[in-house]
Amino acid sequence: MKSRPILKTKFTLLTTLFFSFSACFGQAGGQGSSLVNILLIVAALVAVFVLLLLADNIMRVEAKSQGFDSESGDFGLMPKLGNLFAKKAPAYTAGASTHVLKAGHDIKLEGAPAAHFAEAKVNRYAVQPQNFRGIFPIPKLHVAVGDEVLAGEPLFYDKDRPELKYVAPVSGEVVAINRGAKRSIAEIVILADKDQKHRELPAIDWKAASREELSQYIQANGAWPLLRQRPYDIVANPDETPRDIFVSSFDTAPGAPDSELIIRGNEKAFQTGLSVLSKLTDGSVHLGLNGNGESKPSAAFAEAQDVKLHYFSGAHPAGNVGIQMHHIAPVGRDGVVWTLGVQEVISLGNMFENRAFDGSRIISLTGNLLKDPAHVRTYLGANIGDLLNGQIDGDDKYRAVSGDLLSGDEKTGDQFVNFYDDQVSVVKEGDHYEMFGWLSPFAVKPSISPAIPSSIFTDIEHDVTTNTNGETRAFVVTGQYEKVMPMDIYPQHLMKAIMSNDIERMEGLGILELAEEDVALCEFVCTSKMPLQEILRDGLDYLREQD
Amino acid sequence: MGLLDFFKKIEPSKDKKIAHTAFDAFFTFAFSPNSVTKGKGVHIRDGMDLKRTMFQVVIALQLCYVFGTYNIGHQHFKALGMYPDLFQAFHLKLFYGLTKLIPLFVVANVVGLGIEFLYAAKKGHSVEEGFLVTGALIPLIMPPDLPLWMLALSVAFAVVLGKEAFGGTGMNIWNIALLSRVFIFFAYPLDISGDEVWVSGLESTKAMSAVDYGWIHTNVLNPIFGWFGGAQYDVGATVADGFTGATPLILAYQDGWEAVTQHYSSAQMFWGTIPGSIGETSKPFIIFGAIYLIAMGIGSWRIMSSMFIGAAISALLMNAWGATPFMTVPWYYQFYMGSFFFAMAFMATDPVTAAGTTRGKLLYGFMIGFVGMIIRVLNPAYPEGWMLAILLFNTFSPLFDHNVLQKNMAKRLKNA
Repeated sequence: MKSRPILKTKFTLLTTLFFSFSACFGQAGGQGSSLVNILLIVAALVAVFVLLLLADNIMRVEAKSQGFDSESGDFGLMPKLGNLFAKKAPAYTAGASTHVLKAGHDIKLEGAPAAHFAEAKVNRYAVQPQNFRGIFPIPKLHVAVGDEVLAGEPLFYDKDRPELKYVAPVSGEVVAINRGAKRSIAEIVILADKDQKHRELPAIDWKAASREELSQYIQANGAWPLLRQRPYDIVANPDETPRDIFVSSFDTAPGAPDSELIIRGNEKAFQTGLSVLSKLTDGSVHLGLNGNGESKPSAAFAEAQDVKLHYFSGAHPAGNVGIQMHHIAPVGRDGVVWTLGVQEVISLGNMFENRAFDGSRIISLTGNLLKDPAHVRTYLGANIGDLLNGQIDGDDKYRAVSGDLLSGDEKTGDQFVNFYDDQVSVVKEGDHYEMFGWLSPFAVKPSISPAIPSSIFTDIEHDVTTNTNGETRAFVVTGQYEKVMPMDIYPQHLMKAIMSNDIERMEGLGILELAEEDVALCEFVCTSKMPLQEILRDGLDYLREQD
Repeated sequence: MGLLDFFKKIEPSKDKKIAHTAFDAFFTFAFSPNSVTKGKGVHIRDGMDLKRTMFQVVIALQLCYVFGTYNIGHQHFKALGMYPDLFQAFHLKLFYGLTKLIPLFVVANVVGLGIEFLYAAKKGHSVEEGFLVTGALIPLIMPPDLPLWMLALSVAFAVVLGKEAFGGTGMNIWNIALLSRVFIFFAYPLDISGDEVWVSGLESTKAMSAVDYGWIHTNVLNPIFGWFGGAQYDVGATVADGFTGATPLILAYQDGWEAVTQHYSSAQMFWGTIPGSIGETSKPFIIFGAIYLIAMGIGSWRIMSSMFIGAAISALLMNAWGATPFMTVPWYYQFYMGSFFFAMAFMATDPVTAAGTTRGKLLYGFMIGFVGMIIRVLNPAYPEGWMLAILLFNTFSPLFDHNVLQKNMAKRLKNA
């Protein structure tokens, strides 16, 4: 058995410990001044402590070198302190790789999306080249205004990668090509047909195809942009083979769509997508599972094939793929990894199941101003105004956001949901003054600080506004980010390194592992109201320029 | 919304820099601003801001203020051998304390905030909250009879050279309140150390010395008290026989714990009815403040507890060595004397000047406790160490963080 050498090491070390212990006290018992005695006892204690630490480390190293999975069993001499007090993961995670994350915070908001589908009549959809980070701002167009396109028909490509096509999510007429700053192309707007027509894709036997063939097929038919790469959180580079691929099967952000609802009816496509992904990497596909629910996630997730499963239990941001990646196999300078969400995997799977580009998306509409906050079946890049049409209750000034309220983008009614977002949030604008707002102990606001007494009642659903609740200041308070950052990262020091353009330090402190969404909660709790996501993106862009 | 309209009406034009900065400071004090989040990044923000954070510290200090004020008066009358019970002649003691404390508080805040306003106007940004706490701390760490010009000078020194020169709140290296105290300590040592300065309102602490009442006591307060038929300040009183103005630490430094217990009981030292800096004497009230800060998540329990452990170990080693009378003071009695708890709760935990990482905080607190006790016991000139130890490790706190961050970086590079 493999465990024998471990037992032996443990026994040897414990014996050594026992003898050194008694030797120390034997000496200390002799005659001498009290100072000598105390010093001897301190020395003995230090020696014992060092030995214990050493032994503990050796045991862990030994276990690792023998190839044991340190997550499923503890091979140290002492239990890790954290494990003693850690929240227990639910029973169904037993035997699986499980990570219990202590840091984090769930922001409870009014208007969470209900678990049913609402009707939304969306006419216009748009592809927004600026959603695809890393491509040239003025892509080459395949279409002009007035053209009729089929779903899955190429719209444009990046001039550096003509073989990588960006395609239409729906069939219809191209009604506008809107330009942004410096003549960049902001939106290619399609007025959708009533009956959707798909471009039929060439046949391919994905099970037999080589990695190269699969890669070309996916690029030519429009599913490549579904793959995102870390570091930098950009569209995956087809020239690089990813070390691993990470998929998170749940989203913990406030108001995020329910992935159990999304997977219903798409189980087969999801599995196909995962299997295709497993052929694209030399390493593994890692699927992060929800370890928060009372019951096990549905079989499509919990019993998925061709992937390694990892349960994550904890508050937001436990569902972020970046956090999960950090605990499974962190990314650094050694290579790139790809990340996808559940719906991206389903789209990829459907491409091989149905030989058609699947641009459909289930998105959640959330916010307490909505009459019926719920899920909606639509397509990529749906128009925000159409989605919210008839939904807004009352005359409050509001802000619509593509994505969740922690890391989304503000949109007007004429704009469209971003490519990677599956949520539209609506929040009241908070441009009002509040008398002694900083002083009042009765303020009911989401917060992690006990100085806002309402934060003690964790079940309150909050009625939030966009008010900053204070002015921007320099970094003063320390340790607050660590409370909501379940990673071995020092966010404040990382931000300072970015602000001083210290490349070595930012990389050392883990900037390559992060995307904006991972520091969003830190930005939310920031007492000094610092724009952390903006700082992080500046740092990532700066690093990418240096490469 | 009447007040809001009023504020809008009196808002000075932005060209008048100083006026507008002052207006802005008072306006944002009365109303939290109507600023909203940007279109990218977070759209909602935590209700906590720096004003509220700083104000929690001010709340935590309130009991120290109440007791410290009263204790000024209590010590004064104790020196005269009058009203030995704590609550005897309550009004005399309270008003005596107030006449001492209010000028200190006003001068510290007018000078400090004045400088803050000027700099904010000059730099074109809003007045930062840092001085809210500094201005509340400074009067508490000063002797009650400190000349006001000296206080003004020290506050100006600390705020200009200690803070504004480094870029304002959040950028300073040393704790501002301690910097102002250390300025007096080095520039005018006779006014902040020795036996003479800790009891207020006496010409000297020697027996038969006269009291030193001001105009306000004899001409304003005495007639009022007389009108109500209460006791009055006695301008003919003299210092009682056998009185010493020495603090327990001075006594312990000279002759060990025995000498301390001849003058002060341990209960007196615990509750704080002893001479000392205004806010530092009462342990239970300070500990209450510390617990409040920890409960509010503002004071770091790591720094506080590791500082306590560091001081305890250091004191234990001193006990074992036992070379001077002070070293033989039992380690637990060391905590009865001096300003350990005040330094622990309010000074060492200043987040800007303390270490910022979790492990860095533990080491930072431990080192302050350990070295501070050494300074207290071994320093021949001044038997207290927390001010110097905290300033010393303020200087080194980036080093503790650096060490922790280097480990984090090394781990990441090794994995790569």
